Amino acid sequence: MITLRVNGQEHTTSADPSLPLLWFLRDELNLTGTKFGCGEALCGACTVHIDGEAVRSCGIVLSDVSGKSVVTIEGLDAHGDHPVQKAWRAVNVPQCGYCQAGQIMQASALLAKNPKPSDSEIDEAMSGNICRCGCYQRIHTAVRLAATGV
Amino acid sequence: MIFVPRKEFTHKIENVSRRGLLKGLGIGGGLVVMARLMPSGALAADMHEKYDTGATGMPHGTVNDPHVFIAIAPNGTVTIVAARAEMGTGAARTSLPMIIAEELDADWSRVKIVQGPGDEPRYGNQDTDGSRSVRHFLQPMRQCGAAMRLMLEMAAAKHWGVDVSQVHASNHEIVNAANGKKLGYGDVAAAASAMPMPAVDKLTFKDPANYRYIGKGNVSIVDLHDITVGKAHYGGDHRLPGQVFAVIARPPVTGGKLVSFDATEAKKVPGVIKVMEAQGWQPPGTKFAPLGGVAVIAKSTGAAIKGRDALKIVWDDGPNKDFDSVAYRTQLEDAVKAPGEVVRNEGDVDAAFKSAAKVVTRDYYTAAFVHTPMEPPVALAHVAGGKAEIWAPVQSPWGTREDIAKLLDLPVDKVRVNTMLLGGGFGRKSKCDYAQEAALLSKALGVPVQVQWTREDDVRHSFNHGENAQRIEAAVDANNKVVGWRHRSAAPSILSTFKKGVDHQFAIEVSMGLVDVPFAIPNIRCETGAAVAHSRIGWFRSVRNIPHGFAIQSFVAEMAHELGKDPKDMLLELIGPPRIVDPRTQIAKDMFWDYGEPWDSYPIDAGRLRGVAELAAEKAGWGKTLPPGHGMGIAAHRSFVTYVATVVQVAVDDKGNITVPQVDYAIDCGFHVNPERIMSQCEGGSVMGMTLAKYSAITFKNGRVQQGNFDDYQMLRINESPKVTNVHIVPATYDVHASGVGEPPIPPFAPALCNAIFAATGKRVRNLPIADQLKT
Ligand code: FES
Ligand code: FES
Repeated sequence: MITLRVNGQEHTTSADPSLPLLWFLRDELNLTGTKFGCGEALCGACTVHIDGEAVRSCGIVLSDVSGKSVVTIEGLDAHGDHPVQKAWRAVNVPQCGYCQAGQIMQASALLAKNPKPSDSEIDEAMSGNICRCGCYQRIHTAVRLAATGV
Repeated sequence: MIFVPRKEFTHKIENVSRRGLLKGLGIGGGLVVMARLMPSGALAADMHEKYDTGATGMPHGTVNDPHVFIAIAPNGTVTIVAARAEMGTGAARTSLPMIIAEELDADWSRVKIVQGPGDEPRYGNQDTDGSRSVRHFLQPMRQCGAAMRLMLEMAAAKHWGVDVSQVHASNHEIVNAANGKKLGYGDVAAAASAMPMPAVDKLTFKDPANYRYIGKGNVSIVDLHDITVGKAHYGGDHRLPGQVFAVIARPPVTGGKLVSFDATEAKKVPGVIKVMEAQGWQPPGTKFAPLGGVAVIAKSTGAAIKGRDALKIVWDDGPNKDFDSVAYRTQLEDAVKAPGEVVRNEGDVDAAFKSAAKVVTRDYYTAAFVHTPMEPPVALAHVAGGKAEIWAPVQSPWGTREDIAKLLDLPVDKVRVNTMLLGGGFGRKSKCDYAQEAALLSKALGVPVQVQWTREDDVRHSFNHGENAQRIEAAVDANNKVVGWRHRSAAPSILSTFKKGVDHQFAIEVSMGLVDVPFAIPNIRCETGAAVAHSRIGWFRSVRNIPHGFAIQSFVAEMAHELGKDPKDMLLELIGPPRIVDPRTQIAKDMFWDYGEPWDSYPIDAGRLRGVAELAAEKAGWGKTLPPGHGMGIAAHRSFVTYVATVVQVAVDDKGNITVPQVDYAIDCGFHVNPERIMSQCEGGSVMGMTLAKYSAITFKNGRVQQGNFDDYQMLRINESPKVTNVHIVPATYDVHASGVGEPPIPPFAPALCNAIFAATGKRVRNLPIADQLKT
């Protein structure tokens, strides 16, 4: 049995301890906001926060998150109004939108640690998140907007 | 990006089935649906000139019936149906409904969008492909909105007992001009439903000066909020009671099949429920049929993947077991060294080359690549009780419905296809093999089954954009003028996916940048070389325009260098003076295709191509002094009846690393609805274009794809992406017919980049991807 918190709620599960967290979230808890893109920690689509750190949920298994606190896109802000979410909407970042939950979770973890990142720190922190639609220019603008208000 | 050859091409807009009795939109509940049957062809009039589009040649044409697309509730909420698939361009769920809202004069904040299922007889063509959504549905959507507005006005006029000419709908209200009284749209919704259909000549359209949404760029995509909070539902996000999760091990070589498998270890994996053979068909000529293999069914996708890893499988690799990209490249390159099948012949090319003062010959090669939408293929199917229901991210929901019906031997009305949001499509999701796989498994198991493709599945079992070898030769006269042009192209054809025995490109492929070359050269010959497909070939965003545009636009800059001219001047010289270029009589029989459009509505306009080249050059500051190691390149290309030019500025360091500080796009797509999304398509085109140029290659050895995931099939990332992409949209009135936007930003990027690299370094890249060709 493994116990963990997801978006503030405690879950105890008998699922396979070696199951990647991603699939526990999506297929057991039906938290489908977290996306599958590669399964190999190469694209960032599945990014969640574990005890405040941005982590690829495809690359971490249930036994590793025992006793930990996981936040997914659904739990980032009760009203969906985290400054990063608001900035994303102000800049009209998404195209297809599929990568954006991961991008937002990555960006919000960055700003929690480094509230005023430089341009190159933004690019560095976001470089693990692929957007095949190519929204990078707006992603960069939105992260800066969330950090600085401009 | 294209079409699928179909036999129902005879459907016309007038033939669209009309429903005698309206039963609501058939999607949400509680809606008051307006008005009655509309007579056939009732909405033909247009205060702006009506023009023909290729929509009439598409299966089920278009529908302009407001009852099908619009419902107004008593509280005034306007519900608009999005019938096409939304994959990120914004066309299906935002731009098309915006056109309706504009002509209806609805308040966008009171508009709701619902997604219609696959049902072309009801909605018209839904094949979201070929950059066609706005191009084909601008007119019918305007007609829908205008007709509904008039019906509301008629109902209000009746209510007040005045003539309809005295009332006027504006911003969700109908105003009585005589006394200033107002009624909300919701107040008259029910009464309007009793109104007779407006006569054809009663329809009026808004003066563009009064537009509130069209052309303004002030509307965000409708799914924006849901996307940012994780509530937008993509292909794999629907859940049904009792559903199970599956992955499939497919034959590693195209055309191979299963011999035997041992599931002992797989069955020990916690969560694995069952391991079974998955039915398959061997290409070529199998359209979108599943490849088959071994399916692992589990309680979660993660368990299924783990189970699949534990399988022991024996395959028969079939006829492509020795397919090798290195040898194939030589074959294609040899094919373009010798004369091929002539697909365009103008003037006397042989004489031009014989008498030339100088002949320039260049060879280009572009590798095979795949789409890798961020969302890999995925589908949920529930087949039970003589019915099938599918939830999937498909570009062609009706095509999927037909394919599933045929596969399961069910009448098409027993199949429902729910179009989920697509996490990117780019042509991959025009092919519904993944939905068919889910349907077959659900039928066998009697429970809902979701099939998830892993990224490795996606990279290795896709419908590839095929390799392409090309040779271009120019004959130059004593005055340094290009007087002869010979272009040969060899690539495996998409047609091989639909039939056996294909060994040359067909009309649609040669008309994407080969035979439609718009240059003012008196002697032109285009030829195709033989190429047989050894993998599944499909279409990728902008299709053959990518290699053809790359070769031609690189060659233009090479000619500039050879002749000592500026590359932009050379490009304009070859395009020639503004004029309509009509190569149709020079092109071999049945080998020309103007993106499915009637020529008179969308001819090849050299003036517009010049226009975008000049605009992009001007905005980029063409000719200005650049820092050392920097260079600028230009390319212009017409595709999907839209004209795009790209200027790329590149910086190349002494190790051969490239960065792109600035890109300028100029796009002339005619009358446009949603400039904000045109910009996002060009910004994204810049990134995808650079990915293709820098990285994109899949290669085969022993018949197997050698790449698998984003480590060896790389995507451009934010830290290497163009820093700034500026987009300049050519303003246009309605009589410059709306054209495609989704695909046209791709083709000019790679040649503009490679031309910039040459300007910066003197190194000419003739093979894509660039990979480490510049590394020192
Ligand atoms: S799915 Fe986890 S990083 Fe790609
Ligand atoms: S918006 Fe489509 S992958 Fe990022």
